[in-house]
Amino acid sequence: MNFDLVMPELFQLLVVVALFVQSVVRGRDDTGPRWLPVAAIIGVAVAASKLGAQGVLFEDVYRVDALSQFFKVAISLGFCVTVINAQNQPTLETQKRTDYFMMLGLSAWGLMLLASAAELITLYLALELSSYSLYALIPLRGNDRRASEAAIKYILFGAVVTAVSLYGLSYVMASQHTTYIQGLLGKTWSMAENPMAVVGLTLFLAGFFYKLALFPFHFWCPDVYEGTSNETAAYVATVPKLGAVVVLVRLSSVLSPGMEVTNILAILAALSMTVGNLTALVQKDVKRLLGYSSVSHAGYVMLGLVSGTAAGLSAATFYALVYLLMNLTCFYVISRIAVGGANVTLTDLNGLYKKSPGLALVLAVSAFALVGLPPTAGFAGKLFLLASAWDHGYNWLVIVAVLNTAIAIYYYLNLVRHAYTEEVDAAAPVAAISSGQVAVGGILAACVLLLGVLPAPIYDLAFTAGKALLP
Amino acid sequence: MTDAGYPVLSSLIFLPLAASVALFFIRQDGFVRGFTLVVGILECLLVLPLFGYVPGGGYQFEETVAWIPAWDITYHLAVDGLSLFMVMLTAVLLPLCVLCSWTYIGKRIKEFHFCLLLMTSACVGVFSALDFVLFYIFWEAMLVPMYLLIAVWGGPERKYASIKFFLYTLAGSTLLLAAIVAFRTVGGTFDITVLTGKTFSFQFQFWTFLAMALAFAVKVPMFPLHTWLPAAHVQAPSAGSVILAAVLLKMGTYGFLRLCLPLAPAASVYFAPMMIAISIASILYGGLIALGQKDIKKLVAYSSVAHMGFVTLGIFVLTQRGVEGAILQMLNHGITTGALFMLIGLIYERSHSREIVDNQGLGKCMPAFLFFWGLFSLSSLAFPGTNSFVGEVLVLAGTFEVNMWAGFLAIPGAMLAAAYMLRLMQKVAWGEPSSYKKKWSDLNGREWIYLMPMAFLVFYIGFVPGPALRMISPSITTVLSTMEQKNQALGYHQDMPLAECMQLEPAARIADGAASPVSLPGKERL
Repeated sequence: MNFDLVMPELFQLLVVVALFVQSVVRGRDDTGPRWLPVAAIIGVAVAASKLGAQGVLFEDVYRVDALSQFFKVAISLGFCVTVINAQNQPTLETQKRTDYFMMLGLSAWGLMLLASAAELITLYLALELSSYSLYALIPLRGNDRRASEAAIKYILFGAVVTAVSLYGLSYVMASQHTTYIQGLLGKTWSMAENPMAVVGLTLFLAGFFYKLALFPFHFWCPDVYEGTSNETAAYVATVPKLGAVVVLVRLSSVLSPGMEVTNILAILAALSMTVGNLTALVQKDVKRLLGYSSVSHAGYVMLGLVSGTAAGLSAATFYALVYLLMNLTCFYVISRIAVGGANVTLTDLNGLYKKSPGLALVLAVSAFALVGLPPTAGFAGKLFLLASAWDHGYNWLVIVAVLNTAIAIYYYLNLVRHAYTEEVDAAAPVAAISSGQVAVGGILAACVLLLGVLPAPIYDLAFTAGKALLP
Repeated sequence: MTDAGYPVLSSLIFLPLAASVALFFIRQDGFVRGFTLVVGILECLLVLPLFGYVPGGGYQFEETVAWIPAWDITYHLAVDGLSLFMVMLTAVLLPLCVLCSWTYIGKRIKEFHFCLLLMTSACVGVFSALDFVLFYIFWEAMLVPMYLLIAVWGGPERKYASIKFFLYTLAGSTLLLAAIVAFRTVGGTFDITVLTGKTFSFQFQFWTFLAMALAFAVKVPMFPLHTWLPAAHVQAPSAGSVILAAVLLKMGTYGFLRLCLPLAPAASVYFAPMMIAISIASILYGGLIALGQKDIKKLVAYSSVAHMGFVTLGIFVLTQRGVEGAILQMLNHGITTGALFMLIGLIYERSHSREIVDNQGLGKCMPAFLFFWGLFSLSSLAFPGTNSFVGEVLVLAGTFEVNMWAGFLAIPGAMLAAAYMLRLMQKVAWGEPSSYKKKWSDLNGREWIYLMPMAFLVFYIGFVPGPALRMISPSITTVLSTMEQKNQALGYHQDMPLAECMQLEPAARIADGAASPVSLPGKERL
């Protein structure tokens, strides 16, 4: 076996094991893993160094290709930012920190495996691996009852959808006689000829729609974000979605425009964008707002999947990375300005430009990126998605997507409006923000801008990944 | 081809951008103003090579750099007669705006100048971009600084006005993005110069024209999409109003000229009567509403709606004279209305009110102010000898060439302009002084400095319009003749019923038997 191929996964596993050892050895005296940010940054470097790796392992169920390596870099990047973001989590007891990060690392490890899984049962196992540790993470918010409620919702929803997904898997297996994605590529996927397979695939995809919070599997999303701590929400909102996108990108190489499954995807995408944006308009809690916004972003990603072209798949891949970056940037600001880890409402943002001009600017950049305004990464990502989807039978979806931008601008602009134009309430407590924390936010915002101004190098990576998937 | 030996247009875009970054490292407010002023003067000096423009139909000062090769997006800049004066005007306004907000803006000075610099950069970009995506990027990038200018430094209703401005313009331009994507898929490129050379089916032109026209009509703004403008103008700080009136509104009309006419020529002809009707409605409606205003800024804002109506009228009569008049009027409106907003700003600094009743009877006490006020008012109502006269006469002449009735309908608009501007001037100059205080001084040196260039331009274009017209007319001839050629090639003529129009396909497509094959990344799948 070639260990070189799985270096990023091995490194991540090593980090998890180290965390486990520290947790066991130090016991109650544990003050948390101070070394973890450094290790996470090295993890990104390791993943990036293996970008060009190619190969298959374990009887072809584990495929290391351009797509998986791209996503492994993105996942380790997401993990790294979350770790830095969650270093001094106010709602987490110090002795629980090492365990917390171990769960977090385990979940990221599962997602890395998911990125390489090329067979449905492997996919399923990797998905479960990444989900189980999340179930344990969500209630970790002091003694907050809402966090327990959120955890129960997440588990119940997750369990039901997983069951549905497994049921769908059995249909696919029974009707197509293979669980290898490569094998599924050549089969027929029409309702008339093979109804069982179409139903099965749709049900199987539902499991990933749930992860992605695509309408109508999105109900958990705002509640969980609201209930769990700001730092955990930052992770749940971003990194697991990467896992869902990578699987959908891999599976949609099976799809082509005009198929029933593709039509279902397109309709769900349109509904997801519209419902997500309309509901976000009335939210007061910033995390709920971002929850609904992620529902609409799940819809945008679908644009790339329905066109059935390499350009579409690479656009979706690129957008996943952009989504990760801009959401983490936004959550980073929220985690910093939350007083004692409490939830942040829109009015808490008032006068942010005075309290911390740097963070206000970072928030503005991430909000405008989420709208898709140039010259941010959000625009580049959206442009690629729209351009790839036009003229492949889903022009109406493109129109729906651009019209949704007009709805979305209102609530994202609200974030900026509160931060810049509303005056601060003098009596309100203020969270202490160090200049180092502002600098990290600044780096994130700079990445969002840079990826918008010069997307070519990163997009080329995504494009290689997309092309490799389609024969 | 002209070439100054260095990338002129890029330097115009990147100088303010670099300066805005440099602002972060400056602490004293006075130094911020001084620094931005110096940058503004430098920007004006950098514009000088553009006077080397040789009148001709083609693009000049061209720059092309590959940007996102996977999507064939290039960094492609150039100017021609349509955009030349707009770029110049944008650059000239930067130092004037710094000067006119020297004492007007008292809070968050660094951020204010940051926004001004970003605006300038984005506006120059819009007028010089020849790649569709690049155009859209600049087009949208200018929204954020303008929003902040209104929302942070605006008047009491600034929140409402700024959000309305943002929502209107962004909602208008979302479909423009869809049109851009469609052009790329059907035309195979984002490059505007290449797309201009292609002919598209009528049906395609029909829909893309509507999508683009919506974006541009909101920006112009044309009746009935104009309601954001008075709100934004009244609430914006003086410099914000100046840029809004002088540059931003021109982006809409420039968009019509640069994109709608060449890319959707048949649809432009098809929709021209409707656009003319809307233009005339804007002229009359804007004029009538302006007549009833009590707030000086609102009055000038509504007069902008009317004046921009003349510009769109000139464009859609689709004659050489009409379009010449329209472009000249774009420049003139920028100068005249921009200057009027500067004057309103400086009188507001004294009286702290924009109501006419609070600013009456200044003739005796502030003669220099009244000299400029009178001059720009006369220019605004297109008095012979001033710049607007030339533009308006050309537009009207162009209109009468095409349709006498449209011309007759637009004439009352010119009379209305005289009525509302003279009424305002009468009150401001000779009305009963109501709130005048002795300490209101007449213009100071700084105010003279920023008003003089504008006054000079009013007279210069008013008396010697020849050089300006010579610069722009070859480009207009190119646009109009390509339109005609393309329409002939498509077999389109004006009296065709719509159902028949919709069948029109470019000859190349018919020869291929089906949709023309375009090589796009990823399209070769399966």
